[in-house]
Amino acid sequence: MNPAVLLSTLLASPDSGNQGFDLGKMMAIIIASIFVNNFVLSRFLGICPFLGVSKQMDSAIGMGASVIFVMTLATLGSWTVYNFLLVPMGLSYLRTIAFILIIASLVQLVEMILQKFSPALYKALGIFLPLITTNCAILGVAVLNIDEKYSLGYSLVNAIAAGIGFTLALVLMAGLRQKLEMADIPPALKGKPVAFLVAGVMSIAFLGFAGLGG
Amino acid sequence: MSLVKDLTNGIYRENPIFRLALGMCPFLAVTTSVENALGMGAAVIFVLISSNFLVSLFRNLIPSKVRIPCYIVIIATFVTLVDMVMHAYLPELHRSLGIFIPLIVVNCIILGRAEGFASRRPVLNSIADAIGMGTGFTLAMVILASFREILGSGTWLNMNILGTAYQNQPLLIAILAPGAFILLAFILGFFNILEKRRGGSQ
Repeated sequence: MNPAVLLSTLLASPDSGNQGFDLGKMMAIIIASIFVNNFVLSRFLGICPFLGVSKQMDSAIGMGASVIFVMTLATLGSWTVYNFLLVPMGLSYLRTIAFILIIASLVQLVEMILQKFSPALYKALGIFLPLITTNCAILGVAVLNIDEKYSLGYSLVNAIAAGIGFTLALVLMAGLRQKLEMADIPPALKGKPVAFLVAGVMSIAFLGFAGLGG
Repeated sequence: MSLVKDLTNGIYRENPIFRLALGMCPFLAVTTSVENALGMGAAVIFVLISSNFLVSLFRNLIPSKVRIPCYIVIIATFVTLVDMVMHAYLPELHRSLGIFIPLIVVNCIILGRAEGFASRRPVLNSIADAIGMGTGFTLAMVILASFREILGSGTWLNMNILGTAYQNQPLLIAILAPGAFILLAFILGFFNILEKRRGGSQ
C-alpha cells in the first residue's frame, strides 16, 4: 500500500467519515496536551511519580522518557483492542479491565525485551518501569483517547504530546527542587507541603496557556 | 478490640492522604466541590470494601506469583460495576467525575490495602480496614473540597455560605488547578505543626 494513503487513513478520524487528517487539529491536540491541559498541572494525572521522582534531574528525565515510551505503546495497544475487538463484540463495558491488563502486560513485556536486547537502556529506565503500571497518566491517556473518539493517528499524537507535557512538568519540578534544597523554608512546610506549593505556582504559570490553540 | 483498632487506623493514624500520601490524583482532581468529593468517596469506599473482602477471602487460594494481576482484575471488576451503576442512576455526578471513575483502578490506596493488609488478614479485619481507610480518604477529600468550594464559589454542598456579594467575585483560583495544590500544601503544613505539638507534649 502507498505509505501516504496508509498514513492518511490512519490519521482520519472515525467520526469524520475518513476525510483525511487535519494538520490544524493535530497542532491543537499537541499544544493542548503539552501546555493547556498539562497532564500533571491541570488534569492531575501522574501526581505520585511527579512528587516521587522529581528530586534529581537524571531520574526525572529517565522517568519522563519511560512514560512517553510506554504511553505511546499503551495507546497503540488499547486503541486497537478497543476498536477492533471490544466494540465489534459488544464488550465495550470491559474497557477498564482490558486496558489495565494491556498496560500491565505491556510494561512487563517492555521490561523483558529491554533487559534482553538493550541492557544500557534497561539500566537507565529499568527502575522506573514497574512504577509505571500504577501511573494513572497511562491509563488516563488511553481512556481519554477513547472518550474523545480520536482516530489511531490522533491518539498516538495525543499520547506522545501528553508524555512530553508530563516530562516537561517533571523536569521543571526537578530543577526547582534542586534549588529548593538550599532555600530557607519554614519547618512546618518542609518536604511535601513545599513541593505542592511549588507545583501550585507552576500550575498558575501554566494557566497562562489557557485559550492557546483553541 | 483489634477490629476497632483496624477501623480507626485509616482515619487518623495512617490517613491515606495526610500520612501516607497515596491516591493523590483523584484527591486533587475531584475536590472542586463537596458533592463531587462525597460521590468519589462513596465509590472508593465501595470498591475498597469489596476488593478487600474478596482478596481476604481468597488469600490462601491465589498463588503469590500472580497475586498482583489477580488483585488488579478484582479491583477493575468492581470499578466497572461502580462506573455502570453511577452512569445509570447518577448521570450528572458521573459526568463531573468523568475520567476519574475508571481511574479508581490505579488508585494506589486500593491496591496498597489489598497487598499490604487484606492478603494476610481475616475477612472481618480486612473489611474494617477498608471502611477505615475509605472514610479517612473521604474525610480528607471533604476537608479540601470544603475549603475550595467555600473560597471558590461561596457555597458548601450547594448551600449559600458567603452571600451573593461574594459569589459575584469569588476567589476563583481555589476551584482552578493551582488552588488544589496550594491549599493542600497549607493543610499538610498544618498537620505537620499539629504532629510536632503532639510529639513535644509527650
